[in-house]
Amino acid sequence: MQVNEQTGFVPTIVAFCCNWCSYAGADLSGTNRLQYPANVKIIRVPCSCRVNPMFILRAFGRGADGVILCGCHPGDCHYTTGNYYTRRRMTLLCSMLDYLGIERKRTRVEWVSAAEGAKFAKTMRSFAEEIAALGPNRRLEDLRVRKSEPEGRVPDAE
Amino acid sequence: MRNKLVERAKELLADGTVTRVIGWKRGEFSYDVTPAVFETAEELEKDFVYDGFCGANVSKYLIRESAKEGKILAFLKPCDAFSFNQLLAEHRIRRENVYAVGIPCEGMADIGKIRSAGIDGVTGIREEGEEFVLSTLYGEERIAKKDALAERCLVCKSKRHPVYDELIGEEGEDLPDDARFEAVDKLEKMTAEERFQFWRGELSRCIRCNACRNVCPACTCENCVFDNPDSGLSQKAAADPFEESMYHIIRAFHVAGRCTDCGECSRVCPENIPLHLLNRKFIKDIDELYGAYRAGENAENKNPLVSFREEDAEPSVVHERGRA
Repeated sequence: MQVNEQTGFVPTIVAFCCNWCSYAGADLSGTNRLQYPANVKIIRVPCSCRVNPMFILRAFGRGADGVILCGCHPGDCHYTTGNYYTRRRMTLLCSMLDYLGIERKRTRVEWVSAAEGAKFAKTMRSFAEEIAALGPNRRLEDLRVRKSEPEGRVPDAE
Repeated sequence: MRNKLVERAKELLADGTVTRVIGWKRGEFSYDVTPAVFETAEELEKDFVYDGFCGANVSKYLIRESAKEGKILAFLKPCDAFSFNQLLAEHRIRRENVYAVGIPCEGMADIGKIRSAGIDGVTGIREEGEEFVLSTLYGEERIAKKDALAERCLVCKSKRHPVYDELIGEEGEDLPDDARFEAVDKLEKMTAEERFQFWRGELSRCIRCNACRNVCPACTCENCVFDNPDSGLSQKAAADPFEESMYHIIRAFHVAGRCTDCGECSRVCPENIPLHLLNRKFIKDIDELYGAYRAGENAENKNPLVSFREEDAEPSVVHERGRA
């Protein structure tokens, strides 16, 4: 579990992983006993291209502090071209979130293949560290779903 | 100009080329001109207007109108013609049912700007060189065009009609794009905190009237995602700041690559939120990352969001760009 040592903040991270590469990569890191932070909640999608910008926003709304989207490397998509579209869409979405003043580090796109268990674990560790350092997501959260603060989480760490 | 259009419309109605005409008519006041369909010469003579308040884009109405029987005459300003062309590219309009007449546009007035210049009780408008002459309840007033033009007209993208069957007046040219993106540039140069405060201030005024969606000539889905009760967005005034951000990001995202930057969203916004700045950000990003692209310029062009190149930039460019 990744925790911010100074504030005690425990981030919640949502990872959208494509079924064919990144989800298998996560599996591989598990069978290899490579640890990645337990803050990361994986949602499996058929292809990274399945991820609608609304999924990402909704994840933030429902309490995620960071959202990471993982798919096959461009050119290796199981459906041949899906992740090329993802790449364009997510570039625009990340850019728009940045434009609205939402911390640009909160969203990330990474390509992880089924053979890259170690990369998966490393990516998740570095992302969790970054989010832990950033603090809770306050700019894109839905106050109606703000849960009672879990133990150790500081309400206003900014 | 108005009389010229009415004359031509009457001729086309009389010789049977078209059965209806879509143009503009006065609303409650002379400055809230709305699109309207005319069927007879008498109606045209009585109600048709074309003046500095005819900012409304008629192309979206052509989706419904072109599905009906008989040909319709549409008067298209350059902005409308771009939207019309984009809708043709998306196969939303039956081209054979539309007789498109390109008409010149010297920019439309923004009633908000006129009011804030202290001119009230406006009953009519006409152009005179670089000025608008307004007849008001209290006599005639003059205002320089540059002070009264809508923002979108000050940074007009084109005076050219990308598509038409017939042209009234002379064909204009594309105008340089630079000025259009100045406001976006300015925002990009701010810090994330400043940007966040700016947008919070703007978007928190949103009353979710959905006017921006309803007027947008690119928003033409039969079933809108926002009408889905499971969309996670309430239908009325946003219950939470999150909903405002979500609604406006998604609205702009859904028209990214198809938005012709006609500026209708900002025109109809009752709260004067500069919604076009969201659309322009997408247009600017697409231009910078995927090559210059102008929606509606050519019905054959492929929307950049449904095409790709193998060497496209990685999403991390956003992180590397500018300051952290």
